[in-house]
Amino acid sequence: MAKETNKNTDIIEKEYTTLNLGPTHPATHGIFQNVLKMDGEIIIEGESTVGYIHRAFEKLAERKPYYQTTILTDRLNYCSSPINNMGWHMTVEKLLNIEIPKRVQYLRVIIMELSRIADHIICNSVIGVDTGAMTGFLYIFQQRESIYDIFEELCGARLTTNIGRIGGLERDFSPKAWALIDKFLNEFPDKLKEFENLLMRNRIFMDRTINCGPISAERALEYGFTGPNLRAAGVDYDVRVMNPYCSYEEFDFIVPVGTQGDTYDRFMVRQEEMWQSVSIIKQAIEKVKKEPAGVYHADVPEFFLPPKEEVYNNMEALIYHFKIVMGETEIPVGEVYHCVEGGNGELGYYLISDGGRAPYRMHIRRPCFIYYQAYTEMIKGTFLSDAILTMSSMNVIAGELDA
Amino acid sequence: MTKKKKMDLLDNVNEKLKAKFGDGILSAEMHYDFPVFTIRRDIIHDVIKFLKEDEELAFGFLTTMCGLHYPDNKGQELGVMYQLHNMPKNYRIRLKTFFPVSDPHIPTVTDLYATANWMERQEYDFFGIIFKGHPNLKRILNMDEMTYHPMRKEYPVEDGTREDKDDKMFGR
Amino acid sequence: MSTIQKSKIEIVKAPEGIEGPGFFATRIDKVVGMARANSLWPLPFATSCCGIEFMATMASTYDLSRFGSERLSFSPRQADLLMVMGTISKKMAPVLRQVYEQMAEPKWVLSMGACASSGGVFDTYSVLQGIDRIIPVDVYIPGCPPRPEQVLEGIMHIQELAKSESIRRRDSEEYKNMLAKYNIE
Repeated sequence: MAKETNKNTDIIEKEYTTLNLGPTHPATHGIFQNVLKMDGEIIIEGESTVGYIHRAFEKLAERKPYYQTTILTDRLNYCSSPINNMGWHMTVEKLLNIEIPKRVQYLRVIIMELSRIADHIICNSVIGVDTGAMTGFLYIFQQRESIYDIFEELCGARLTTNIGRIGGLERDFSPKAWALIDKFLNEFPDKLKEFENLLMRNRIFMDRTINCGPISAERALEYGFTGPNLRAAGVDYDVRVMNPYCSYEEFDFIVPVGTQGDTYDRFMVRQEEMWQSVSIIKQAIEKVKKEPAGVYHADVPEFFLPPKEEVYNNMEALIYHFKIVMGETEIPVGEVYHCVEGGNGELGYYLISDGGRAPYRMHIRRPCFIYYQAYTEMIKGTFLSDAILTMSSMNVIAGELDA
Repeated sequence: MTKKKKMDLLDNVNEKLKAKFGDGILSAEMHYDFPVFTIRRDIIHDVIKFLKEDEELAFGFLTTMCGLHYPDNKGQELGVMYQLHNMPKNYRIRLKTFFPVSDPHIPTVTDLYATANWMERQEYDFFGIIFKGHPNLKRILNMDEMTYHPMRKEYPVEDGTREDKDDKMFGR
Repeated sequence: MSTIQKSKIEIVKAPEGIEGPGFFATRIDKVVGMARANSLWPLPFATSCCGIEFMATMASTYDLSRFGSERLSFSPRQADLLMVMGTISKKMAPVLRQVYEQMAEPKWVLSMGACASSGGVFDTYSVLQGIDRIIPVDVYIPGCPPRPEQVLEGIMHIQELAKSESIRRRDSEEYKNMLAKYNIE
């Protein structure tokens, strides 16, 4: 709105526009709302509203026995649900003081790294889509179908896997699963290289993403960032290295770190993490071959369902089966916190048990919720299209944001 | 970290806190692999500030915080748990503080950690804990029109308007 | 001799009618139904996990665009099919209602997944127990999340509905009564 300009004095009155970005918006991947105050195309300030998919996981968990809470953890960061599942199983195993055999730990590592690759495929290809490059998305999504085939062979589901049990895995890897994993490891590096060649040194992509939504390491640490977003800012904090779980200390991998914390760094960190995950899977396969075959769960009959043949023939197995399903097993009283390196950072489970069949209090430390607070600060002073890119490069998953 | 190192950390922090705050430190225990300290409510902000600014301990990262509700502890029903992390040395501790449901006020830590902003809003939304000094204390995950604080133990999880689920069969 | 493989791509069959040199006479609702069914433009209202399975349905293996849904329309005015994928919470319900009301007739609603159909696993204080509490739904796809093949079958059911719908349906008393039940003008 411009006032009449007097020839001698130049007064133009400015008015800022308010733009409502979301909750339903094609570019925000997930439902959250940002009300932006804009000066033309530049964002002055923004206010986020979340909670549009609040499903009350923490309250629901107080109702469900420990083995049923796994389905809730699936639906947190649903792009990489096996990592969430394994984190929950490890938390309960910590509470119950269950020792998991090495072979099971290596198998869990294979599953977790496959799902990390799946998560980063989505994030990186969607960064491409938001800059206008649909081709990378269509090419690399085929590999996600291969990973889905592997998950389907292991547990029956593609996306929300509910994989593993407290005490191990529900079944051993079948020969078909090993064949699918080998096929994936043969094909994936070439396809990832093809995807990389499309975007990584692409002049347009680099111009769009370099210096887009940067955050300094100090601010990132104050805001509680973890995971690829923090590593892009320059801090090499990876839960797999600092607090190793599930025998990650035996694996040899690099933790990639960026410099500026902008979108290009986040893209590159995730890209390199995918290469490192491929290397970890190969190492895990070698390690599994050295362990005694056929072991897929710990020897804890009180918490791990016995096989059905034994339930029908053996009195003890029948009693254990009954106690586990009805929730009559002895759970110690106590509180435990365990964290895993999820696709987005440190995913922590804080569990207070009062001896009953369901947790007394379960709190989930959700990395997306914590780092999304910084979004309005990261986009101050940038263009609207940069704000969209920043959001997609931060990999905000609505399920983890609201829980 | 080995068990011994964790016990050393527990003792070290306990000594420093007792030296500065005396009997405000109500207990210091090891739960599984975490040193857990129970602090009195009025000094919790100073304790966290001390732990953050101490040169040796330097707990500069707030991993998470959550609210707790124990309706059976009369006079100490509501609580807050903080988990602090010293990244370079990999120290992790947990602090807890309890206060009555009739007076659910506790000082905020947003001046120390920017990440506590939304975490405290979430605990206000779920439990009704009022953080004194918070810049923007309103509901975050639930609808703004909600009148009660759903995570408290007296409220059920189910949707009350549902007619087709038979309580006898679904065991609510 | 070269063997040219017969293409497996089939064009949609024309409806029954009387053909002649330069003209083709058939019923108008058959032609309109055929056109509508084979060019449904969906509005993907993806909220959670089912949205990722929808992305997989759109990708190359299960290709949704061969059913005519090449162009996803995020603007309600330009969309035919509202695909609600994922949990709808009570906070989101007014938004969904507004999007539905902004769509132009004819419009169909597909509820994908257990959460959208009936609340799913989440029988909680914050989740809407099924979107049919606020908008009329044409096809429900069960599953958590449903496989892409199930999504395609759901779309094919919508195509059947679109093909066989009478062109006066949206003005009929029955339809208006149904909308009135949901308090939609």
